[in-house]
Amino acid sequence: MKRILILLVLAIFVAAAASAQDRYFTRNGKIYFDATSSSEKIESINNQGTSVFDAKTGQFEFAVLMKGFEFEKALMQDHFHENYVESEKYPKSVFKGTIVDLSKIDFTKDGVYTANVKGNLSLHGVTKEVTTPATFTIKGGKISSKAAFKIVLADFNVTIPSLVADKVSKTASIKVDATYDKMK
Amino acid sequence: MIKKFRYLVTVILLVASVGVANAQDDLLGSLPDEAPKKEFQKNAFKATRVITGQSIEHLSKGVLDFRILHRFGRINDGSYEAFGFDQATIRLGLDYGITDRLMFGIGRSSNKKEIDGFLKYRLIWQAKGKGGIPFSLILVSGIVKDGLKWADPNRDNYFSSRLSYYHQAIIGRKFSESFSLQFMPTVVHRNLVKTEDEEHDMKSIGVGSRIKLTKRLALTAEYYYSIDKLPEGKTDPLSIGFDIETGGHVFQLHFTNALGMNERAFLMDTDGKWNKGDIHFGFNISRVFTLSKPKSFRKNQQNN
Repeated sequence: MKRILILLVLAIFVAAAASAQDRYFTRNGKIYFDATSSSEKIESINNQGTSVFDAKTGQFEFAVLMKGFEFEKALMQDHFHENYVESEKYPKSVFKGTIVDLSKIDFTKDGVYTANVKGNLSLHGVTKEVTTPATFTIKGGKISSKAAFKIVLADFNVTIPSLVADKVSKTASIKVDATYDKMK
Repeated sequence: MIKKFRYLVTVILLVASVGVANAQDDLLGSLPDEAPKKEFQKNAFKATRVITGQSIEHLSKGVLDFRILHRFGRINDGSYEAFGFDQATIRLGLDYGITDRLMFGIGRSSNKKEIDGFLKYRLIWQAKGKGGIPFSLILVSGIVKDGLKWADPNRDNYFSSRLSYYHQAIIGRKFSESFSLQFMPTVVHRNLVKTEDEEHDMKSIGVGSRIKLTKRLALTAEYYYSIDKLPEGKTDPLSIGFDIETGGHVFQLHFTNALGMNERAFLMDTDGKWNKGDIHFGFNISRVFTLSKPKSFRKNQQNN
């Protein structure tokens, strides 16, 4: 019986260690938001993205506090938070999914890999499925990933008043750039 | 047999424990929690003025605000004056944010040809999170110069007689996305008064509020109660209006009994009575220009 107990404890430790070893995280993932129209440059950066991904299962989660989006123009920033994405009401945006072709990536070998990721993007109280190619760069145990995709603002109930309809693009480009550290 | 059984149990437990570990789907949950960051409250009001008086809002650093304030004549002047639309009083002003906490502004009013200037400092900034204070405290100091020709050029006239000063503390809080409230103890000092009976200093306390009706439309109100005696025939200013936001502009439309558009003028010189219909329709237009980009944004741009 004693032996079972020891084995059990060992098993849990091993399992926990194994799962943590495959996990990578970041707290300063960058998200670029661009809704530039023909008449106005609208771009924003948030460099406080938090993300964890599991190299073994290919699952990942990316969360960002909306308030962290900064704009060049203070008024534009106010409008973004107050009128468009309503950051007070919907403080967080989450992208949660999996790397579809995980087998293409060898996390133990340095190199640049391209794989599709698929997941659910929650923004402004709406969740939509997003599929996008992403590049994974592995160098000396560090993993960085980049992805770019477009979203239709109306899909996420972000409405643009008719008066400024030509100033804000109806689709926004999102770029994600994150460098991961191994979780200990 | 017993040995075999033990072996089996061990294997089952082992598999089960691995399964449990993997079932932790909540990946972000595996990260240790970070203390919530201090977050300054913004947009308590749409503009740096509730209606005519100062609000707890500030301009961000490097932002220039061109403000056009416009008051029509009295509505009760009747159809001959097109209910006030034939007359116009304006104040043109420029405000600038030196830092996120310090701003200044200058303005010229057609009424009494006054020039005014002020400094506005955010001593306490309402914030959420660690170490956040749940209200804002703003200090405003201003000076107003009368530009009219001397009433009696034959007597000794001093430049200092043209000046008035005002000092204001604004204590306010954004209670929710839709409700903000502030109190404004204010003192106005006039160097020159008309009669010996009039006081040089006039203390008053104001109250201002905003209720957001939709994302881009808000109801605003502002009232100043005079603690000290006002000059003969003068009354307390009360204004009620709407803030409408469209892209880079904020339109403030309102009804007020005050024609003055600087602190001396609307606190000391308001003679319209609401109950008699001495109401002016007016509007403020605010257009902001970003003169210098925030540093943090520039730094991020370079890394892009």
